[in-house]
Order: sequence, then C-alpha cells, then structure tokens
Amino acid sequence: MIAVLIFMTAAVAISYWWLWNQKIMEEPWLTEGAEVDLREQTGIVPKSAKSGLIVFLAVVSSIFSLFISAYFMRMSLNDWLPIEEPQLLWGNTAVLLFCSMAIHWTARAANKGSNTGVRNGLLATGLFTSLFLIGQLLAWQELVEQGQYLQSNPAAAFFYLITGLHAAHLLGGMWVWLKTTLRVLAGQNAQQTILSVELCRNYWHYLLAVWLVLFVLFLST
Amino acid sequence: MAYVALADREQELSHPHSFLTKYIWSQDHKVIAIQYGLTAIAVGVVALILSVMMRLQLGFPDTFSLIHPSEYYQFVTMHGMIMVIYLLTALFLGGFGNYLIPLMVGARDMVFPYLNMLSYWFYLVSVIILMSSFFVTGGPTGAGWTLYPPQAIMQGTPGADAGIILMLVSLAVFIIAFTMGGLNYVTTVLQARTRGMTLMRMPLSVWGIFTATVLGLLAFPALLVSAIMMAFDKILGTSFFMPAIISLGEQTEYMGGSPVLFQHLFWFFGHPEVYIVALPAFGIVSDLLSTHARKNIFGYRMMVWAIVGIGGLSFIVWAHHMYVSGMNPYFGFFFATTTLIIAVPTAIKVYNWVLTLWQGDIHLTVPMLFAIAFIFTFIHGGLTGIFLGNVVVDLPLSDTYFVIAHFHMVMGVSPILVVFGAIYHWYPKMTGRMYNERLGQAHFWMTFLGTYSIYLPMHYLGFLGVPRRYYAYEGIEFIPQSAIELNAAITIAAIIVALTQIIFFVNMTWSLFKGKKADPNPWGSASLEWQTPDTPPIHGNWGPELPTVYRWAYDYSVPGADKDFISQDTAPSDTAPETNT
Repeated sequence: MIAVLIFMTAAVAISYWWLWNQKIMEEPWLTEGAEVDLREQTGIVPKSAKSGLIVFLAVVSSIFSLFISAYFMRMSLNDWLPIEEPQLLWGNTAVLLFCSMAIHWTARAANKGSNTGVRNGLLATGLFTSLFLIGQLLAWQELVEQGQYLQSNPAAAFFYLITGLHAAHLLGGMWVWLKTTLRVLAGQNAQQTILSVELCRNYWHYLLAVWLVLFVLFLST
Repeated sequence: MAYVALADREQELSHPHSFLTKYIWSQDHKVIAIQYGLTAIAVGVVALILSVMMRLQLGFPDTFSLIHPSEYYQFVTMHGMIMVIYLLTALFLGGFGNYLIPLMVGARDMVFPYLNMLSYWFYLVSVIILMSSFFVTGGPTGAGWTLYPPQAIMQGTPGADAGIILMLVSLAVFIIAFTMGGLNYVTTVLQARTRGMTLMRMPLSVWGIFTATVLGLLAFPALLVSAIMMAFDKILGTSFFMPAIISLGEQTEYMGGSPVLFQHLFWFFGHPEVYIVALPAFGIVSDLLSTHARKNIFGYRMMVWAIVGIGGLSFIVWAHHMYVSGMNPYFGFFFATTTLIIAVPTAIKVYNWVLTLWQGDIHLTVPMLFAIAFIFTFIHGGLTGIFLGNVVVDLPLSDTYFVIAHFHMVMGVSPILVVFGAIYHWYPKMTGRMYNERLGQAHFWMTFLGTYSIYLPMHYLGFLGVPRRYYAYEGIEFIPQSAIELNAAITIAAIIVALTQIIFFVNMTWSLFKGKKADPNPWGSASLEWQTPDTPPIHGNWGPELPTVYRWAYDYSVPGADKDFISQDTAPSDTAPETNT
C-alpha cells in the first residue's frame, strides 16, 4: 500500500497547506464584517470547472495509485512472471507526447484568438490521441500473439487492466474533445472555446503524466 | 435569472417549466436532495426489514421455517451494505449535503447542476440494480458486507452466480454517482460561497459534509478498484485475489492470488467510510446542539481542526479491521497506535459538545433530544472502539457480538439518531410545516431506549464469547441458556424499534399536509439557510441579491443584542439594540 499512501500523504499535505492559507487559524467569533473575505483581497477567482477538474483528477489519481499499490503487492507473490512489454509502447509514448504538445499549442492559439489555430490544433490532438489508442490496441494484440492472455499471468492481467483503464480515461477526454471540436467546426470563435480547450489541455497533460508513471512501472518490473 | 456569483462571473440557472422538469428531472439542489433522501430512506426500510428477519431467526431459531442459512447470510449482507452505503452515505451526502451546502454557504445552487441531477439518477440505477439481485436465480450475494474473496465468488456461497455480479456492478454505479455528486459538493464549497463567507465562518455541518466528501472522493476508488478486480476474477478468470483453491472437489483454474490484498483495498475504503458517515453527523449534531442550547459552539476552531485532522488520520488506520487476517504482527502495533491517536480529535469533539451544553439555555425539542442522545451512544460506541483498537483485546472479541454491538452503537445508532434529529430540525424549512411534537417525542424515546436495549446486551453476549455471523447456536455448549433468552429479548426490542419507525413516517406524512404552518426560522437559528426570503426556499434560494455574510454562524445569546441570536447576514451596524427597534 506504499504507493497509495504516498499519494494520500501528498493529497492530505496539499489540502492542509491550502487550508492553512485560507486562514484556518482565524478566530471567527472576533471578526465582523464582509471585508475579511480573502477572495476580495486577492481577486483570484478560478473558474468552477477548473477547480472541479482538479478535484476529479485527485479522484483519478487515487484510482491509479491504488492499482499501482495492488500491482506491487501482487508482484511480491511467487506466481508472478514478468511480461515482455511490446516495443511499440515507446512509439505510443511519443505519440501521447505529441497529443499533449498539440493540445497545449491549441490552448495558446485560443488565448491568442486564432480561430484556425484552434481548429487545426484540435484536429491534430484528435488525430494523435486516436493514434495512441490504436497503438495501445496493437500493443495488446502483440501480447496476445506472445501468448500472454488476461488469465495467463497476473503481470499480464494487470497490464491489460491498467492500460485499459488509462485508455478509458482518454476516451472520456475525447468526449469533451469531440463536443469542443464540433462547436469549433460549427463556427464558434476562439475566445469562446478557451475554457473547454484549457480543460482539455490540463486533462491531457495529466494523462500523459500518469502514462509516464505507468510506463516506468511496466518497464522496471 | 442571470446572477453574479463570486466564482464565475455569470451563471444561468435552468428554468424549469413543466412538472417533469421541476420535480423529476430537476436540477434544483433541493429537489435532488429530497429525491436522494426519499430513495435512501426507502432502501433503508428494506434493510430494516432484513434486520428484523435476521433477529427473528436469532431470537426464535426454530419458529420461522422460511429463513434458511443461505437466506440468513443474504439478509446479513444486504442489510450491511444497504445501511452503510446506500442509506447512510447517500442520505448524509446526497441528501443533507445537497440540501444544506448551497443554502448554508449562500449559493443559488450547486456549481454543476446538471451533473448533480445525473448523480441522483445514477444512484437510483445503482439501487435498482442492487434490489434486482433479490429476484435473480440464487438471490443476492450472501458473502457478508465485506465481500471477502475467495468465498464471495465461490460456488456454495449464496448468490455466487448472479448476486455477486449485480452487487459489484451496483457498487461501481454508486461510486460513479457519488463522484459526480461529490465533485459538486466540494467545488460548491470551494467556489460558490457568498460574499463574506470565509471558510472559518461556515457552519460545522458544511465542514463535516465537505470533509466527508473529500474522504469519499479519495476512498471510494479503493472500493471501485477492488470491485473491478473481483469482477475480473469472477467473470474473466483472472487471479488477482483468488488463490489456488479446490471447489466442490475439483481444482479451480485460479492460482496464486491474494485474498489479503482484497482486504487491504477494501478496508482502505472501509475505514474512511466510517468517517464519511461520522463526519457529517459530527457537523450536524454540533449545529443542533448550539442552536437548541442557545449558545455558541464551544471551541469552533478546535471542532474544525478535529474534523480535518480526523479526515487525514482516517487513511492510516484501515488495518485495524484486519488484526485477525494473518498480517505481519508489527503492522498491528502500528495500526493500534494510529487508531488510538484518532481517538484524540474525536474526544475533543465530544468534550466540546458537552461543554456547549454546559450552562446553555437547553430547549428539549425533538431535534435536541436526538442530538443529546447521539452524545450518549457515540461515547458508548467510541469507548468500545478503544477496546477493539488494541490488538490483544481485539483478537478474542473480534468474532463475537461485541463487535456487532460496537459498530452498531458508533456507526449505526449514532448517525441514525443524527439523521432523525436533522430531519426534525430542518423539516420546517424543507416543507414549511411543523411536525407533531408529541409524536416526535414518542418516536425519540422509543427509538433511543429501544436501540439501547438492543445493543447494550450484545456487549454482554460478546464477553460470553457468543460468535457473530452464526445462523443458529444449537448445540454450542459454552453458550448458556440465559444467552439464548437474551437473544429473544433483543429480538423483541428490535421489533418494537422497527415498528416505532411507523410513528415517524406517520408524523412526517401527516404534518406535510396538516401540520401547523412553520415560522421561517422557528428555532431562532443564526445560520444562513434559515434566512431565505421564502419558506420552503424557492428555486434560486435567494431573492434578487445573494446574502452577504458578516459574522460566524454561532452568535447566540450575545450580550447587548436585542434578540438571542444574530443571523449571519446581519450587518455589524444592525446589531446594536437601539438601531434595530
């Protein structure tokens, strides 16, 4: 349970740090008036959707760190046979990196107000993401050809399960991508897509980070 | 009705027109709250009936021929799972969380109303899936509410074919529903607080629900992960949890898996779950005690810190449920220590509740009675928790009725008393009518004394060594006749308590139509939800302008003020008596 405990420690530490900054030491019975509100002093008011996404990503992180914990604990038992990861995963990792770059570039285009930039960026993101998902399917295919089925060995089972879960999260992101892209193709201008595109950007970067962790995990075990 | 919230400059409220969008496919947090509440209570009644069936078997073993061992285990399983997850979690967070958070922090609605609506409908689907398992071949799973493998998915366990799969699917759907709701509760608290509502001015109810939701968001994934992996083991034949095992005389395909791995994952969810249920109860009971004792909550800051501290600690105590699972004994030492440490912030809360009552102007209204009763049952259950937190005491008691008594006191009776107290407390705001006081008092006394007479004797049964999870006790020599008779008495008490709930339902239903019209703020409460322009609050909650908050939620009996409370939205200049008369 080490992996999930590390994650939980980080999550709890960040929460406490945030609470500390919210004047949790204040004695509320002594203060009167509305001016004590921090948000008025700093003027920093993030968008609800962005805060919501951060909370959601904490939930997803919890899921992945639990799987990683389970992976390590199951690995220590004696019927674990390490599998040979398909070399294709290196290529897929590169493609996922391109996804992140494309969506990052899209967000910059949206903030600059470039309509064509947003359109092209979104299309590139969709293309690379689809490529990645197809690549993952091919990697599965390769494992099947090696004779590594879901039931054959816990290492293979975990590989299918965890990569499948990661792909499922990307597919969920593709839903938002699809809605945004359809709006852009229907003629919405760049200014109006900033929020959606930035949410996609954060989500894609996050899933890239998760993939890198998972990739290192698979390669090293 | 566009309005300016602090968080998002502009946000459009949905405009419900027809009956269908207003009351069924509603995006209004208050309607969703009531949908959540009614569904949770309905499914809770099913679980209550199941517990009565179990008690009938235990109290009068030879009388009821329709309860066989397999049904008994199915009742045990479904009773536990429904009560913990589908009733308490859903009611506190989906029900009270939905209703109270926007009203208490001064928002017009949750920040993602559509997601909020989806959350309820997913919850309903999860309940329907769970209930449908009563009607499949083999019936619902009888694996115990902890669903331990390997027996949960092996032939021979009741419901090992369809029942367990439906249970796992239902849990997964519930977790999705909870995540959608939870994102709303957390983000609403973070983003949609009205002007002047700092974190440290939030009522403790919001603190409790908020922290519990964060715990839920981080802990429910552990249940999801274990449910997914168990479903893989069951359906696809992987061996995550399943060791090499012989079933019905034949070697199965499983090999090498670890049942203890499941226990770790399950309890990594399971222990925070205790606090997911307890923290909202802590918060709500603080508000009830303060309001009805006309006194500010004692040690507000300590209360907040304790809630937050318990939230953090709750992630490192899970293995105290596993002292008997054969894990490394040194772990037992570590987890016993953390378990006893978590008693410290909990004890701080208990002292503060008692000190809030000290020299207060106590009004023994129905909600107050339930709140005070909670202090009794919670101290009681908490103390037995300290017994069981120690490895050496837990080992002999672990498989006895002492454990049943402990967690029903601390996690069954205590939160349910708060649920009742909270329903009576906010009933006038939710419905605009007062409940019947006499029926409420009768309901309280019979429930409180009744549950005590169920669970107090169980501690004694536990000390005698009467094992839990048994269908019948015939032919066990060390169990004396008196214990058998005690079991019969407990069953009679359980039936009385179950029937007593009819009083509650009659009171609630009757008062809805015939109750006295309620004052907008019948308890003289200072927090924001009582200051709405309409009772019950209409869609959008507040008038043309959001309220501004000038003070904390506990200004009761302030010297020099003209009333015995100052509401949170009273500006400082209005509090002096001469300006207000």
